[in-house]
Order: sequence, then C-alpha cells, then structure tokens
Amino acid sequence: MIWNESKECMSRDEIINLQSARLRKTVDRVYHNVEFYRKKMQKVGLEPADIRGIEDIKRLPFTTKEDLRENYPFGLFAVPQSQVVRLHASSGTTGKATVVGYTRRDIEIWQECVTRVLAMANIGINDKIQVAYGYGLFTGGLGLHYGAENLGSTVIPMSVGNTAKLIDMMEDFNVTAIACTPSYLLHIAEALEESGKLDKISLKAAICGAEPWTENMRKEIEAKLNIKAYDIYGLSEIIGPGVAADCQFHNGLHIYEDHFIPEIINADTLESCEEDEVGELVFTTITKEALPLIRYRTKDLTSINYDPCECGRTIARISRFKGRSDDMLIIRGVNVFPSQVEAALLTMGEVSPHYMLIVDRVNNLDVLEVQVEVEERFFSDEIKKLESLNKRIRNVLQSALGLSVKVKLVEPKTIERSQGKAKRVIDKRKNLV
Amino acid sequence: MFIKQLSVFVENIPGRLERVSETLMDNNINIESFSLADSSEFGVFRMIVSNPDLGLKVLKKEGFSAMLTDVLAIKISQKPGTLHKVLKRLYDEKISVEYMYTLSTSGDNTSIIMKLSDLEKGLKLLINNDNIIK
Repeated sequence: MIWNESKECMSRDEIINLQSARLRKTVDRVYHNVEFYRKKMQKVGLEPADIRGIEDIKRLPFTTKEDLRENYPFGLFAVPQSQVVRLHASSGTTGKATVVGYTRRDIEIWQECVTRVLAMANIGINDKIQVAYGYGLFTGGLGLHYGAENLGSTVIPMSVGNTAKLIDMMEDFNVTAIACTPSYLLHIAEALEESGKLDKISLKAAICGAEPWTENMRKEIEAKLNIKAYDIYGLSEIIGPGVAADCQFHNGLHIYEDHFIPEIINADTLESCEEDEVGELVFTTITKEALPLIRYRTKDLTSINYDPCECGRTIARISRFKGRSDDMLIIRGVNVFPSQVEAALLTMGEVSPHYMLIVDRVNNLDVLEVQVEVEERFFSDEIKKLESLNKRIRNVLQSALGLSVKVKLVEPKTIERSQGKAKRVIDKRKNLV
Repeated sequence: MFIKQLSVFVENIPGRLERVSETLMDNNINIESFSLADSSEFGVFRMIVSNPDLGLKVLKKEGFSAMLTDVLAIKISQKPGTLHKVLKRLYDEKISVEYMYTLSTSGDNTSIIMKLSDLEKGLKLLINNDNIIK
C-alpha cells in the first residue's frame, strides 16, 4: 500500500514547488546557524536570497564525509544540543567516527520514511517483524524498529548474532516479515533449510539493505524462502535507512523527495548528469533540523529516473547501485575504507604498509582477509612468534574496523606494487551473481 | 657448540620451497640438514648450510624474509635414554625447547640441533654433564 499518497504521488510541479520552498528554508537556516556553510557560501559570494528554488541548487557548495570529520563531533549541527534527542555514529576513515544527530522532529521524519518503505512492502498492523540489523550506534536497528512501530506492526528487536534463537522465534511467533542484510538473510535461509524448518515458517516479506546486492541475489532469496524481498537504501549522514526503497515492481528505488533532493553528478567534473546517466548520488536534506546537509556527496554510483512508476508513485527512482566513486567497502553492513587498515597497521610500527584486502562471501556471509607481508625485521624462526604477530595484527584491525578479520601473513614483495594508485582490494563478491 | 642456522619464511603456495632450494643450489650452497615447521598458511624452513652468510644474502636478494639464528648443536650417543637425559636436564633447570631436529647420524652418535629459551645456560648445563654430550 501507499502510506502517504499526498507525498508519494505528487505531480512533478508540486514536487518542485515543495522542494523549492523547503530548500530556501534550509539554506536560510544553515547560513544563519552553521558557520561552516555560512563561510562556504560567503566564499563564493552566495546569500540565502540567491537560492530561489531547486534550479539554483547547483550554485550551492558540496558537503563531503571529510567535512563531517573535520567538524567532528557536532560542528555541522544546526540546533543547540538541548534540541538533540539522539546521536548515531558510523565508522570513519581514520578511526574517528562520523556523528549524526536528530531532533525529535528528525526522528519523526525518519520513522515516517521507514514506515513508507514497510507499507510499500505490503507490511501492516497484522505483521510481526524481526529487526535483525544491529541495534546501537549503527542506524539500521533503531531505524527499522521505529518505522515498524510507527506503522503498527509487532516489532521483535532481534539485533544480530543469534541465528538459532532468531529461527526459533520466527517459527514460534509466526513471524511474517524480517529486516536484515541480504547476505544474512541467505545465511538464515540455509540455517532454516538445514534444520528442516523451511516449511514451518510464515515469512512473507523481507526488507534488505545496508550492503550492495544483486537482482539475482534477490531472486535467490525469494525462491529459497518463498517470500518477497525489497531493497532499502539509506545512509546515516542523510537520515539512516529509509532514504529510498523499491516497490513490488523492483524497477528502481523510490526516493522520498519531500525530504531529500537527489542529484546525480559526474564525480570528476562535478557537473550534473542527464536523466538515466550513471554518476555519483548527491543529497540535500530539506526537512532535517539537527544536521541539515547541503549537496552531500554519497559516493554511491547510480542513475536517476523521473518517470512515474507503475505502482502509482511519482517520486524519482534511482537504479540499483553500480558501485562507489571512492574505495569504501561494505562488509556485513560495516563501512570499511582501506585507509583505515593502513592507519591501524602503521600504529603497530612493526608491520609493512603493504597489505591487501580480500573480501569474499563464504556461506553467504562476507569475510574479510587482510594479507600482510612478513618483512625481514619481524620475521622469526619460531612459529609461535609468527602466530602471536598474526594475533596482534588481528586484534588491532578488529578493534579499528569493528569487524572480525582473518589475517594472513605472506612473503615480502608478493603483494602487487602498482604504478600510481596501489591496488589494495580484491572483492570476490563482485563475481557472485 | 653454537652454529648458525638459516631460516626462511615460506608461504604455503606451490613452488616456494623449490625456489629456496634452487637459489641455494645456484650458489653452490649445500644443505646439510633441515627442518620444516608448518602452520596452516605458512612454514618456516630451517637449515644448516655450508655457507650460512652467503645463503642469507642470496635468499634476501631473491626477496625472501630470511635470518640467521644461533642454535645449539650437540652430539649424543645412539643409546636408549640419552635424549631423555638431555631433555630432563633442561627441564629441571626450567629451560624450554623451542624446537629441535637431527643434524646427522653416524656410527654410534647423533648430532642434534636445539633452539632453547636460554642457549648460553643450556650449553653450560649440558657441557658440564659429560655423560650426556660426547
């Protein structure tokens, strides 16, 4: 069903008018409340009054993850702390987290977006939903939780880590919906198969996101579990999960344009792309209070389409993601930058900066192997010393990345040196269909 | 006595050990004895060679991580209980054996290589016990 027809099915003119009015307000607010934006605008001679509508959005400066980091933790907040009711954080590129804040109104907007996503997946008050994203600083767990509660479904806050209990409850409670990463759902499907419970469950829908997945993976999930699987997209900087999601036609992800203005740009020239042309997705939030972001570069590559969808919604759709314009990896829903690995290795002082990340999917779970060269100066003739080195590296990496890591010691100079930009990642998941 | 052992890090990839032996052969270095310690992903190839300094140099040149380590070489007689006497003596003095292997056997005697937690102390201990070392 369509949760909010008045916002999801507007005419293009209505959308443009609403976006223009909200953009003007947002620009005015950040200019007066966030020094970072005021300075950026003043630098290019822009005043809030210069932005009359979305046709002027291109005149505004971009915001990047580095900007968030440089203004860590609250430098880009546009409201006093007394109005902030929640903080979330995601791992940053150099150890410092990216912190995002919400006012009470922001939380309401966020849950409204997630509710729309769930309604689009035909989930309602008679459904019992297991939220199997991590609860905590990560926006996945609480984001889906609030949205499902707002919808009126019965929420089971599973979080992650105990598949056996999840399966027991899925069977005992007649759970009808689940929200988790697609790779975890495949893992659950296999566990169900092994325990012979596949035909004892009542699951009918899954909301999957927080990591890239393919159309074939969706088909596999649907066939294995005999359910409908939907794609949900979001990033904590913009609000969290629920920025966009797909409908039953799976023909792109609908963006909630009454809250977020999408643009697609060429990542090199920073010029706008044509409709259907692949480029970097950029968002401007136009209703958020605590952390409004102007032209935030997501680094996600996709294309946009403004044609109304068969489902009746008129809001713009983005295509399945084509990759990233930077080197960020998403492993089990956790953002990993190769530079984090490098920084962590260098803190050890004894390890060579030559490393390779090998990401693979084993039994439907992402695994990260980090290969590190055993240099002369820390080679030992004793196996136990090499094994303890391996363990030390593993501990340092795991605490830096917040992810379990397998470390493999390799011979010196066996990791490929390249001219120019070093190749640091082999992502074997890309070959999976 | 102490002798120099040449150790080299080898990944568990086909052809790596062979590359070590080839490098030594090309430089006319004889491998007198060796032991290969293996783990699931890598091994440490430890050798007693005719020219350890040259061996180290040529292996490094080939890109290997290699090193020279002092190890203890002792000769014991081929009789029941002699190895036990050695180990017991070390154990009594709380010296642990990191690893050991046989260097050579000839006639009634066997030479063994030992890496101990305290080499100096271990050597003194064993030398002062005539019944053990020949």
